[in-house]
Amino acid sequence: MARFILIRLLQAIPVLLVVITVTFFLVRLAPGGPFSAEKAVPAEVLKALEARYHLDQPVINQYFSYLGDLARGDFGPSFKYPGRSVNEMIAAGLPATAELGLYAMCFALLIGASAGVIAALKPNSAQDYIPMSTAMLGICLPSFLLGPLLMLIFGVWLEWVPVSGWGDIPGDKILPALTLASGYTAYIARLSRGGMLEVMSQDYIRTARAKGLPEWKVVLKHGLRGGMIPVIAFIGPAFAGLLSGSFVVETIFQIPGLGRFYVQAAFNRDYTMIMGTTVLFATLIILFNLLADIVAVWLNPRLRDLYRSGGA
Amino acid sequence: MAPCSPLLTSDPSRPPRFLPALFCIINCLLLFACGNGENNVTSGLASQTLHWGNGAEPQELDPHIVTGLPEHHIIVGLLEGLVLKDPATLEPIPGMAESWDISDDGKTYTFHIRANARWSNGDPVTSADFVWSWWRALQPALGNLYAYMYYPIKNAEAYATGKLDDFSEVGVKAIDTKTLEVILANPTPYFLQLLDHYSMFPVHRATIEKFGDPSERGTRWTRAGNFVGNGPFILKQWDLNRLVMIEKSPTYYDADKVRLNAIRFYPTENVSTEERMFRAGQLHVTGSLPADKIAVYKKTNPQALRISPYLGTYFYRINTTVEHLTDKRIRRALAMAINRQQIIDTVTKGEQMPAFTFTPPNTLGYTAENGFAEDLETAKALLAEAGYANGEGFPPTELLYNSSEGHRKLAVAIQQMWKKHLNIDISLNNQDWKVYLDSVTTGNYQIARAGWIGDYVDPNTFLDMWLTDGGNNSTGWHNDEYDRLISEAAPRAKERTQRYAHFRRAEALLLDAMPIIPIYTYNSIHLVHPNVKGLPSNILDYALYKQMYLSEE
Repeated sequence: MARFILIRLLQAIPVLLVVITVTFFLVRLAPGGPFSAEKAVPAEVLKALEARYHLDQPVINQYFSYLGDLARGDFGPSFKYPGRSVNEMIAAGLPATAELGLYAMCFALLIGASAGVIAALKPNSAQDYIPMSTAMLGICLPSFLLGPLLMLIFGVWLEWVPVSGWGDIPGDKILPALTLASGYTAYIARLSRGGMLEVMSQDYIRTARAKGLPEWKVVLKHGLRGGMIPVIAFIGPAFAGLLSGSFVVETIFQIPGLGRFYVQAAFNRDYTMIMGTTVLFATLIILFNLLADIVAVWLNPRLRDLYRSGGA
Repeated sequence: MAPCSPLLTSDPSRPPRFLPALFCIINCLLLFACGNGENNVTSGLASQTLHWGNGAEPQELDPHIVTGLPEHHIIVGLLEGLVLKDPATLEPIPGMAESWDISDDGKTYTFHIRANARWSNGDPVTSADFVWSWWRALQPALGNLYAYMYYPIKNAEAYATGKLDDFSEVGVKAIDTKTLEVILANPTPYFLQLLDHYSMFPVHRATIEKFGDPSERGTRWTRAGNFVGNGPFILKQWDLNRLVMIEKSPTYYDADKVRLNAIRFYPTENVSTEERMFRAGQLHVTGSLPADKIAVYKKTNPQALRISPYLGTYFYRINTTVEHLTDKRIRRALAMAINRQQIIDTVTKGEQMPAFTFTPPNTLGYTAENGFAEDLETAKALLAEAGYANGEGFPPTELLYNSSEGHRKLAVAIQQMWKKHLNIDISLNNQDWKVYLDSVTTGNYQIARAGWIGDYVDPNTFLDMWLTDGGNNSTGWHNDEYDRLISEAAPRAKERTQRYAHFRRAEALLLDAMPIIPIYTYNSIHLVHPNVKGLPSNILDYALYKQMYLSEE
């Protein structure tokens, strides 16, 4: 197992290097520089700014000095926010994004898995169609529509929760977490329905029923264990998606997270910020996918034995 | 918050009830959420805390680095220049300087700084603070985009551009600790108007030097806890992308009159969310309002809607170096064939004023004569004269705008008007902001959308950009007589009427040649809660916090 992880980590290095290199040169190829502004920038000011951020040097030198800084864990200063380093902005934004992602994941699991299991218990009945068509709606409804809708209903009309903010007013984290969770909830519902349907037709379930166990015990104790495997395998990539895909929700609800910086950095041509967030998200996605693979191996006895006998 | 799935564990003593359990959890969360019954507007009333929709996260809070409006709103609370403006009239009123004398030739200003003016750490504000701060603002390494605000001062431009090394030759001198003398290159009638722009604010020398070199960008001196200012408020909290909070300063000379205890600025980038925040009582003042909401507010909540003229012009630049657009008749025909009122009524919907001049009307008493009229017959005739009768053979022409729904709608409307009235086909092209800026400054466009907001209340801020070497000209248009009027005749004029006459002649030349097509004069559009008092409308959208307070009456 340790060897499996080590190999996967080593494989990640060239992937990251390619991501860094491509991003580095692509952002510099894009027209419009980080300092262009509606009011013309005087030549001497532009020169001073470029010298300050080493943009006056050949691009290849900039590239290698960036790699050097990166190796030391230094993402450099932000171009758009002169007083902030990219490290500082990531440190400020990542907790909110991670927290939001975590809550969204909890909502998604809680609601999605419940709906999926309920649907699987009586396939092709109202109990199946209602949660599943709601799930379909959840997949189809984009967050830029669902977010404002929830805001309007629960924030403006009912005044139950604040319409925006993050940790300022109690309850302001609920709507964004629900909005972000919606698509994933729906997907998890479908996954768990499929998983449960498959498991519930297995022989050992019939055995359990034959033993006279009450139905709810069969479902919870024997059915869930197998039925949830596809869902658990999905958590890794889903969490990576939640972290890097929260931009829309963060913008709608004014959450001080990383997703907002990520997209704005591209519009602002904030080179270091684009690089920093891209490298971070790439690393996170690689890590979560690795985690998902580890869990899959761990859950599947046959694979587990394979890696164990392979030595490690 | 929500615990992870309870489904994976089971309690054998009770049958599970998924749906009721789920509803219980959600209801608990919602109940927890509703524990706090009052919103910001009601709680703000008791604590005199103003909640302000500020549009964006401030880039910085260093007045010699920043360029934007969100930064302006925060910095004017933290720092104060030599003068302030009366928000009702926009005339200068005493700030750090309690009085000033102007020499007869209009070139020497002597400012008398208040005896009781102090920094928030208790240090007195002295004339040396201003000399040092202005020296700092002109350091090229700082990258100050507003250095040009200093250029009316003798030798300031030479110093900022590196042609002069000795700062003592720049026209600013401390006569004694409380007397500051400023010598200008030319009499500059709007000089006082510049002094309450943040780029001319003083900064606290010891604080800046404590955190790094004075000309170093982005040191930590602007952080909460470090910031030492001389304004009515002090920086209490600055959470990235979340909140900036300023609190009343006890050391401010006019602290007795400051009634607000705190202002909280929110980076409300999403205008629709901002509007919903206002409706939910989370904001007192919004930075803007989506165009499609204006009609709704007019009907349902007109007292909250604040629309007033703003010192800015929405216009189209024409690249006069493009072959068929070198012909003035074509440019004038294009300008005449736009129905501005129709655009305002159906597209922008913000009650803007159709613009027939570039400088907004009544800019501190200056109104240019209309340079053209909407006249389809003349437009068609001009186009025919230029060789394109009924639009036939008109070369393919592209209209460029930066990607935004508002600009797109307006461009589509104008495209159709030109098609209908002049029978010419114009294609539309949108580019991301930075690409668009690059295209315009390098002249890689034919017709491009633009906007210009005045830096100060004087026609000069609109007219000096069309000088031959004006950094923001970008149209390729130049006219020697225009240059002479703006850079020689107007600055030397003894009186305002004479000066404005020069401006009027210059603007007539500009509008006759029409390298730009004025479309409308901007409005500032806000939602303001009725509790907010002391916030009169003015064309600069300028607020003087020390006059503001919250009250239900």
